[in-house]
Formats: sequence, C-alpha cells, structure tokens
Amino acid sequence: MTPDRDTGARQALSGRRAFLGLAATAVGGVLIAPGIHLMEIAQAAVPGASAAGANPRVHWGLLIDTTKCATGCDDCVSACNTENGLDPRPSPTSAQWIRKVEIKEIKTGRAQSLPVMCQHCAEPPCVDVCPTGASFKRADGIVLVDRHTCIGCRYCVMACPYKARSFVHEPLTGQKPDVPRGKGCVEGCTLCVHRVDKGGSPACVAACAKAGHHAMLFGDLNDPASAISIRVRELATSPLRADLKLGTGVRYQGLG
Amino acid sequence: MSSRLRSRRFYFGLAIGALLVLGGLGAAHYMEEHGHIVTGMTNQVVWGLPHVFAIFMIVAASGVLNVASIGSVFGQPLYKPRAPLSGLLCLALLAGGLMVLMLDLGRPDRMIVAATHYNLSSVFAWNVLLYSGMFAIVALYLWTMFERSMNRHSRTAGVLALAWRFVLTTGTGLIFGFLVARQAYGSAMLAPLFIVLSFAWGLAVFLIVQSALYAWNAQVLDSAVQRRMARLLGVFVAAAFHLVLVVHLTSLYFARQADFEAFILRDGGVFPLLLWGGYAVAGTLAPLLLLFHPRLAGPRSALLAAALVVLGAFAWLYVFIIGGQAFPLEIFPGYAVSSSFGDGAIAHYAPRLPELLLGLGGVGVAFVLTAVGVRVLDFMPKDDFAAPQSGTVKGAA
Repeated sequence: MTPDRDTGARQALSGRRAFLGLAATAVGGVLIAPGIHLMEIAQAAVPGASAAGANPRVHWGLLIDTTKCATGCDDCVSACNTENGLDPRPSPTSAQWIRKVEIKEIKTGRAQSLPVMCQHCAEPPCVDVCPTGASFKRADGIVLVDRHTCIGCRYCVMACPYKARSFVHEPLTGQKPDVPRGKGCVEGCTLCVHRVDKGGSPACVAACAKAGHHAMLFGDLNDPASAISIRVRELATSPLRADLKLGTGVRYQGLG
Repeated sequence: MSSRLRSRRFYFGLAIGALLVLGGLGAAHYMEEHGHIVTGMTNQVVWGLPHVFAIFMIVAASGVLNVASIGSVFGQPLYKPRAPLSGLLCLALLAGGLMVLMLDLGRPDRMIVAATHYNLSSVFAWNVLLYSGMFAIVALYLWTMFERSMNRHSRTAGVLALAWRFVLTTGTGLIFGFLVARQAYGSAMLAPLFIVLSFAWGLAVFLIVQSALYAWNAQVLDSAVQRRMARLLGVFVAAAFHLVLVVHLTSLYFARQADFEAFILRDGGVFPLLLWGGYAVAGTLAPLLLLFHPRLAGPRSALLAAALVVLGAFAWLYVFIIGGQAFPLEIFPGYAVSSSFGDGAIAHYAPRLPELLLGLGGVGVAFVLTAVGVRVLDFMPKDDFAAPQSGTVKGAA
C-alpha cells in the first residue's frame, strides 16, 4: 500500500469507527431511555402507595385445630374461591389458594383432614428467591405478591415447601376490585388482606365459624392477650415442616 | 466445493436457522396470547421443556469457553487457535438459552422490570447480572483476540472470563441448590456438578461445530488434535458421571430421600428410563466406548460421541428438572396424603408443541449467530502444523 492510500484507508477506518461509536451511543440511548422513564414513574408512584403501610407491631397468625376440621367439609375453600374470585373447579392448572388435604398416618392408620394454604413464613423462601422482589412480606407478617412486578418466572413456586403458590395459566376476566389477579403472574393466599386491613378476618376463618366448626382461629400473635396467643401458649401446636425453621404464621393443633 | 455452491448452502442453512427462530418466536407469541395453558406445564410442574433447552444452552455456553481458557489462560498451543470460535459459541449459546428463558416467563413483556428491580437475595437476580456480565466479558475477550493491538491483554481477559464462567455456572447450579423445599434439589453438590457437566456439554458442542466447520471448508482436522480433544471429552464425561453418581449415592444413603431415589432410579416410568437409557448408557457409556476403545476411536466416532453426550445432557436435564418437580412435596412426612391440588401424587407432564418450538427457537438463535459469525469474521481454527499424521502435539492437554 502506498503512503497516500494508507492514509486514505486509515481515514476511512477512523471515520467508520467514529460512525460506529455514534451509532452505538444512539442505540444505547434509545434502549435505556424508556427504562429510565419507567423507573421515574415507578419511583414517583411509591410514596403514595406505601402511605397506609402495615402495622409492624402486629403479627397476623392463624391456628388450625385439626381435631375440629371435618372430613368432607370444604367451606373454607369455597369461601376463599368466592371472596377472591377464583375458579371453583380444581384442575392441575387452576389456582388453589387453599385446599383441603386428607392425611393418614402410615404406621397407625389415623386419618385427619386439614386445610393448607400459604403459611406466611417469617423467613419465606418465596421472598428470598424472587428476582424482582415481587414476593414480599408485609411488616405485619402477611406474605404477598406484587402483581405489578411479578414477571412470572415461577421460581417462588419451586421454592415454596407448602405448594402454596399458583401460577395463572389462562387469561382472566371478572376479577374482584380488591383482589388484583392476572394471567402470567404467580399468586397465593393473601390472608384476605383486604378484609384484614378493614378490621375483618379471612373469608376461610369466617366460613369455618359460620359452619359451626370453629377449626380456624385468626389473630395477632404479638398481642399476648389475643385468643390465638393464649391458645398457642397453652396448647401443643406445631408448624408444618418444623425442620425448615421458617417461622410460619400458620400453626396446627392436633397434628402428629 | 465452489464458492458459489458454498454460498448457496450457507444461505440454505441460514434459512433453516431463521425458520427455527421464527417458529420459536411464533410459539412464544402463542403462549403469550393464551397463557401457559397451551403448554404441558401445570401448577405441579411449573418449569417444563423450555427450561431443559435453556439450561442446557446456558451451561454449555459456559463449558464451551473451556477451549479458549485452555488455550489462552493455560497456554496450550493446540487450543489457542480455537479460542475465537470458543468465544463465539459461548455468546451464541448464551443468547439462545436466555431467549428461551425470557420468552417462557409468564410476563415476558416485563423484562424492563427484571432489569430494573433486583432482589439481591435471589439467585435468579444474581444470574441476570452474571449473564449480562458474561456477554460483556466474552465480547471483550474476543476483541482482545481479534484486535492486534489488544492481543497483549488477551490473557488477562481470558482469566477474567474463566473466573466469571465458574461463578456463572455455580450460579446456575445454585438456582436448584438453594431450593430448600424439594427433595431433588437443595444440595451444594449441584454447583460443582453443573461446572463439570458444563465442561462435557460445552466441549461436545464445540467438537460438533468444529467438525461441521472443517467439513464446510473442505479441510481435514489434524488427527493428533482430534485425538487430544476426543480424549479430553472422555475425561469430562467420566468426571461428570462420577459426580452424578455421588449425588445419587449420597441421597440413597439418607432414609428420608429413599422414596425420591426409588422414584427417579426405578419406579418413575419415563424418568428412570431417560436416566439409565438416555443419560447413563447413550449419553455416558456409549461415548466413553466410542472415545476410548482402540478399535472404535476416530473422527467419526468422536463426532458421534459428542452428539450422544448432547443427547444424554437433554435426558439428564429432563429427569433433573421435570422429575424433580413431578415427585410430590413432602409436607407431611410419614403420612399418606391426597388433595385436589396433587398433594402426595406424582404429577403428570407431557411437553406440548409450543414448548418444543420455543426450545428449538433458542437452538436456532445459537445456530444463526454462529453461522453468521463464522461467515463474517475469521473464526476458523488455524493450526500451525499441517501434516495430518504429525504425531505428537507439544504441550497438548
């Protein structure tokens, strides 16, 4: 290559490099700008949303008396489905926030029936594994999914030892205003947070009491004078999978 | 082969790759429209065939970089000319795997959320950073290899890439290792197991692509090079089998794991069949025989062995991912359990077409990126020695 051609080639190369640099900056800007804009919107929305936060002095809990839970009764399940607008027909792809489980001790043959739902762990594995922080625990111990940040990766379903999470497999219509739900997100028992925040109790607990079983007791585990605190203090109760030491908010009486 | 014919064949290959990608994108759109109800996945088996494809490609992406590491970090002259191809394959496989993983999300439209919200206690969130970092580091590594003025930094970039990919595969193994709930997972062994599996799977993919590339360019791979690489594949396959064996033996030793091991190894229908027939026999013993038996060893056997290793990888991942979920969670140890939500029951899972198409779409992405890369830039390994029967190669692995 002659010196002139060499210089020309070098100039062309440097021009190409400058163009590539400019193009990369422009593409980068176009890609990043919408994200920054969305982050600004999201951050702007946060203060208002968290204004009415959960009470950190409260720890909501549930005590289930398996000796009072009747085999064949699924009033708690029906009440949950109605309250939260879930499909009442169970299938492998349907969302089941609470289910009746029939258990029979293999050695003794002793049979029991009991409801299982999100155990509202103090150390929830679903919260640990969630990549976006959509799975979270409120200050009052209720474990929830933020439907705006759930990306539907299902890692929490893999991590939950209680099979308490459901993935929404189909488009939904007619959701309840208090219960945000949507296709492609993961969901689970909210402990009827919309009722609890208004001073009520979860729909399953109310239905069990209405049926006269009184197998479910809801209350504040931090309040030593609450009925649930007195019961867990005076009677033998246990969490499911106690070996995992997850500090569940749900405890069972008469199990084992 | 004339250049015109080669060009025509290239575009034909590219068209097939593009069709696979289109099929994958179409399947993802279909799943996005209708929800995961159109797949075989359920609330019992939430990770299906797409995860098998995605995890294979991500693990192989890390392993395929081994070739570059042996060359530029450990200074083995035989592997050095193969480093650029190794880097390209790493990027291509990673892109393919991540595409499948992202498009299988329930809300793939929320990628911006995944990119802007990090829960740092989540292995998945770590992996988002590890995968993006891997792209950047390998791109940098390739740049130091291609840009003559940057060649002196190639070793530093290689060391960085080596360290990063160890962390990355550890992270992939720990996606399962950190799962306390399920009996199939929750073991620290899964991190080293995934690293060793990545060595075998990555090298198998590399050997397949290298063979195709040599055939494409009507060149013959030096038999000494071929022998060395084939032997290394054999060592990796045997090492991976050893770790898989140790994981199962440990599990068998614990009484609480007995039911799960009986399911995976003996009673679980398709799972033991795939584990023994697909992974142990077709994916491990047969390749070892093809690679080490004096009468069988040769370029064709090595290629067949590499293909079988990939087949075995899919079989093993299917058993590991799907079988691990199909076995019921043990919420009530010592009890027989039943419910409307599949408690106590083995979950049924049959993959459906959209899942398969999505997985193949990821393979298509890896193929197209590799084909275009190889065509546009110079990734063809150039060995300094020419004679096919040149005998020993100094300092080979």
